Amino acid sequence: MEQLLLLIFLPLAGAIITAFAGKSAKMVSTIISVASLVLALFIACNFIPNASTQFEANLPWIADLGIRFHAGIDGISMLVVLLTNLLIPIIILSSYKHDYKNLAAFYALILFMQTGLLLVFTAMDAFLFYIGWEAALIPIYFICAFWGGKDRIRINMKFFVYTIGGSLFMLMGIIYLYLQNPAHNFDIQAFYALNLDSAQQGWIFWAFFIAFAIKMPIFPFHTWQPDTYTAAPTQGTMLLSGIMLKMGIYGVIRWLLPIVPTGVHDWSSLAMILSIIGIVYASLIAFTQKDAKRLVAYSSIAHVGLIAAGIFASFNLGNNGVQGMQGAMVQMLSHGINVVGLFFVLDIIFSRVKTNKIEELGGIAKLAPQLAITFLIIVLGTVALPGTNGFIGEFLLLMGVYNYSIWAAAIAGLTIIFGAVYMLRMYQNVMLGKTNELTITFTDIQGTEKLVLYIICALIIIFGVYPKPLLHLTEASVQHLLEQVNQKLTSVK
Amino acid sequence: MNIIITISITAFIVLYAGLFKAKKALLPLTVVGLLTALGFTIGAWNSNAIHFGMMQTDNFALAFSGICIVGTLLIFLLTQNYFHAKSDNVAEYFTLILFALAGMIMMVSYKNMAMLFVGLEIMSVSLYILAGIRKRDFASNEASLKYFLMGAFSTGFLLFGITLIYGATGSFDLDKIQAYLVDNSKAISPIFYPGVILMMIGLCFKVGAAPFHFWTPDVYEGSPTLITTFMSTVVKTAGFAAFLRLFAGAFGPLHEFWVQPLIVIVCLTLFIGNVTALFQKNFKRMLAYSSISHAGYLLFSLIVLSANSENNVLVYAAAYTFASIIAFAVLILVKQKTGSDSFESFNGLGKKNPLVALSLTVAMLSLAGIPLTGGFIGKYLMFLNVMGDYQMLLVAFAILNALVGFYYYFKVIVAVWFKDGADIELVTPTQYKLVLLVSVAITLILGIYPAIILNLI
Repeated sequence: MEQLLLLIFLPLAGAIITAFAGKSAKMVSTIISVASLVLALFIACNFIPNASTQFEANLPWIADLGIRFHAGIDGISMLVVLLTNLLIPIIILSSYKHDYKNLAAFYALILFMQTGLLLVFTAMDAFLFYIGWEAALIPIYFICAFWGGKDRIRINMKFFVYTIGGSLFMLMGIIYLYLQNPAHNFDIQAFYALNLDSAQQGWIFWAFFIAFAIKMPIFPFHTWQPDTYTAAPTQGTMLLSGIMLKMGIYGVIRWLLPIVPTGVHDWSSLAMILSIIGIVYASLIAFTQKDAKRLVAYSSIAHVGLIAAGIFASFNLGNNGVQGMQGAMVQMLSHGINVVGLFFVLDIIFSRVKTNKIEELGGIAKLAPQLAITFLIIVLGTVALPGTNGFIGEFLLLMGVYNYSIWAAAIAGLTIIFGAVYMLRMYQNVMLGKTNELTITFTDIQGTEKLVLYIICALIIIFGVYPKPLLHLTEASVQHLLEQVNQKLTSVK
Repeated sequence: MNIIITISITAFIVLYAGLFKAKKALLPLTVVGLLTALGFTIGAWNSNAIHFGMMQTDNFALAFSGICIVGTLLIFLLTQNYFHAKSDNVAEYFTLILFALAGMIMMVSYKNMAMLFVGLEIMSVSLYILAGIRKRDFASNEASLKYFLMGAFSTGFLLFGITLIYGATGSFDLDKIQAYLVDNSKAISPIFYPGVILMMIGLCFKVGAAPFHFWTPDVYEGSPTLITTFMSTVVKTAGFAAFLRLFAGAFGPLHEFWVQPLIVIVCLTLFIGNVTALFQKNFKRMLAYSSISHAGYLLFSLIVLSANSENNVLVYAAAYTFASIIAFAVLILVKQKTGSDSFESFNGLGKKNPLVALSLTVAMLSLAGIPLTGGFIGKYLMFLNVMGDYQMLLVAFAILNALVGFYYYFKVIVAVWFKDGADIELVTPTQYKLVLLVSVAITLILGIYPAIILNLI
């Protein structure tokens, strides 16, 4: 319990210290985030990979409203907690070359957001989950709107109202569940045990699904994403794409599937169709992008669409869905690492030549061989080459989709393979070819850039070659979850 | 009873102190008087005493008295350098505010409708004068006159309503009226119903709920900002307490009858308040319209009467009051420096004045209803209450309105942090700092650990 509380509130305490740290904010926030990572690794080492919830903290909070501070870690949480605490120090390190104004506030907000994210990923109380959900949104709004690029105010307003609108309807769903719960509390187990009819489950499905779909984002709720990713400072984009969108996926797995299985059952084909439309649509648009950052943003929509499709397909496969669901878990981690890597490389390029336009670049590989190699590894991880971390997740996901529907798998799979074409073409146009006037002065990566990219590449290869620890970590929990869902589903029928 | 006496005596002492030109003593005297009154409020907790059958200091009354007194105290602290620049008769203004407060204490603790009327009038008459204290200012005069005419008009409705109810029940006493409704539930006199509606209209005028809200923006804009602060926070809270005492208490048994017009009023208030606030270019006017929308959320608690309705209003009113005090305090500071209260004058405030800007941000987040602030808990309780009756569409409507609210509250945040402006450096007197810190602390505590206030009543 103490470890978990420390894990959650260390970044918050760090945020307060950082806010007053002035010039040494960079160092203080790095130390805090690395300490959080060490703590998360310590927890992961002591984590027993079975289906139980561990390190549970269950404290009274607002007793009159049935709200408790109830958090805990099971296999599913463990993975995303690791992802969060792994990426935050990487993201902080990646900002070292930047000269942001108001540094202290910048790092304080990142650490504050980390607490919000960790609350989301560990909450066992729906109200706490909601609080974490919003507590993660406020800092990222400020990060993107304060340090962002052109037109940041309008774009971030859209992003903010979009996401908070979705989450308010989720709050309505949570209140409804609370009222239906005879014990009048927000406990996740009590919510799991609720017996709602299919009409109730139907609208609660939508109340939750829209909130999650906006976060991920799934077509047609994605319109905020490319603009926001492009206008945000690189660290904001990393936070959004690397960690924050996992909130949506995690929400689906943790809250949507087990609480309203009948609702999911009734609507999952539609949700799958939306996800697959999203994959195709985003890939087609990615093809035509001239800006590398936007290209990566759209490719991210495609990859997340595959994760969503895999989850809904696995859900419909009953207890046979474990593999697909496991794929989703692994892919959450891989996508987080890869997309952060991609955005970092683009940031490095931008910091040197002040553009991310694909056609204006070229020939960088000759001048910056180390960047070329690390970039290549990250691209290969993104396009899911066997031996990289992207492969295992996408393979399992596609298998899940295939078992559900061959057609869906064919469309989704071909598109993802197709995706390799535009990623590699981007790589080719940016790194290879002739050096032009703009790129002639390009210098190779140094210092923290090198450190960050090497870490990312190492992770891509390690998890690609030896994904077993990850799969092992989540397997029991995923299995348990699916059993729970199917039991509930059959008892209703 | 002690509370009213203390406040009234303080008012007289302050008036005499002004007569003897003891300007420096005014604020300390007032603060001591208000703290004593606050002490009496806390001391009377759980006593539930009835005073001459006219007032009942139950916990409801005491809790709202407490908020009103603390709110007034903070507003008095904001008078530093404020009235002195405007006029020589500072003592009179202090006295008038104190009298208004005494009226409000009656409004939150009446047991007899005569006391409601007396309290309302004591408060209103003081406010008519306060709205017009800038004698040579056209807007201030307009505000005063408009407020007076509208106030007199609405008092007419209220009195007529009281008369009809007296005619039906033969009593002004709230308990007797309620007993009448319970005993004669099958044969309520037909003149009782118009009485209820007329009183509702009268009170809606006072709290500025649509469609009886037309006076609010002009009056709020025209009055001196400090008086606007007083009117839109403390006065509004007292008005709602009076509303609640009557409708949740005495008229409770007739809930099914008056809830239909109330729902219409709530929806109109939310919609008009929010949508109009969206188009304002002036910060003060935006706050005026947003106060209309908050009246809508507060009235939400009356749609479904439950054991928690009263406490919900208390939480919401507290959250709203302290957030608004911050907003107005910052507005006063900005206006003193720039002479304007448009949104543009807030541009780039965050660069040179982090404390003020941060307080304003917290206030805006709370007014918008973002988690971890008091405003969220307030809104949450309101939604929870109405959801309890499964009025989903109503809640969905309120949520859509809350979304509109985000736009205009964030406009302030955007101006403060993200826009470039004239890099003004505000002069923040210590008392202002104190008020900002106290209000921010209360707002955050209400948001993070509301358990302290949830079971108060």
